[in-house]
Amino acid sequence: MNWGGWSNFWAMGGYAGFVWGSYGVTLIALALEVYVLRRRRTRALAAVRRAGQQMARDPDEGTA
Amino acid sequence: MAVDVTGINWYKYSAPRTFYPLAGRLIPWFAGLALVFCLIGLYIGFFLAPTEARQGEAYRIIFIHVPAAWMSMFIYVVMAIWAALGLAFNTRLSSMMASALAPTGAIMTFIALWTGALWGRPTWGTYWVWDARLTSELILLFLYFGFLALEAAIEDSRRADRACAVLALVGVVNVPIIYFSVKWWNTLHQGATVSLESAPRMATTMFAGMGVLALGFWMYCIAAALHRVRSIILERERRADWVREAA
Repeated sequence: MNWGGWSNFWAMGGYAGFVWGSYGVTLIALALEVYVLRRRRTRALAAVRRAGQQMARDPDEGTA
Repeated sequence: MAVDVTGINWYKYSAPRTFYPLAGRLIPWFAGLALVFCLIGLYIGFFLAPTEARQGEAYRIIFIHVPAAWMSMFIYVVMAIWAALGLAFNTRLSSMMASALAPTGAIMTFIALWTGALWGRPTWGTYWVWDARLTSELILLFLYFGFLALEAAIEDSRRADRACAVLALVGVVNVPIIYFSVKWWNTLHQGATVSLESAPRMATTMFAGMGVLALGFWMYCIAAALHRVRSIILERERRADWVREAA
């Protein structure tokens, strides 16, 4: 497919809003998921460290 | 005694302790493959595939719409299978896998609905219509939301697993309804472009772009689910010795 220039490519034959609206929102949705995934891991690791500190202070607590 | 012909000790890998590092090693491969397949698929879709005769350039939405719709249904089935295994055998990791798949499945369903609406407007003249295909796909989104809400509402994770498993299994009936809706009812949504019975009804380059992007979406979903299941393992087993050593 030869678009004959980038302006034609971005115009998508008059359907720019529909095509880029689809691809843009898909990209945003996936980027948000990656962000939330990374944040969840950071928080989970922090929770593990907190649990470790708590168990070091009170060893009986952890076995419950 | 049962003989496992695969020669793999499945019990070993069903333990969160052994699965956690395995998943960690697999994620970069699936994420890398996702990126490569998506870039190749987008190149084919935008620079090799020709303009569609009737729809013009608007049809290019197909390259993400169909892969997302496939994944939305496929993830639900896989999620229901993991949930059922967790329910039947009380294996912790199975239920964690189901929980890890739900958000990604919901996102794929949202993408399928959103891109479908933006494709429907120029081709059908409407963003939305209450036909069987669109309505059953919307129900799929609500099933994912229901799963996630139920999980969040129940404090005890093992009880939440069982409740969510029942919901996932009841909801799985919706998947064949989505898939066959275009055959069973007269829908505005077109019939299957790609089916097992016949050759794809589209140009080879169009089909290639869609297929490669579907592979990319598939790899992405595996990477995302594996990443999430690792966080779930950390959250649930944070008091285990091996977790404190691994973290």
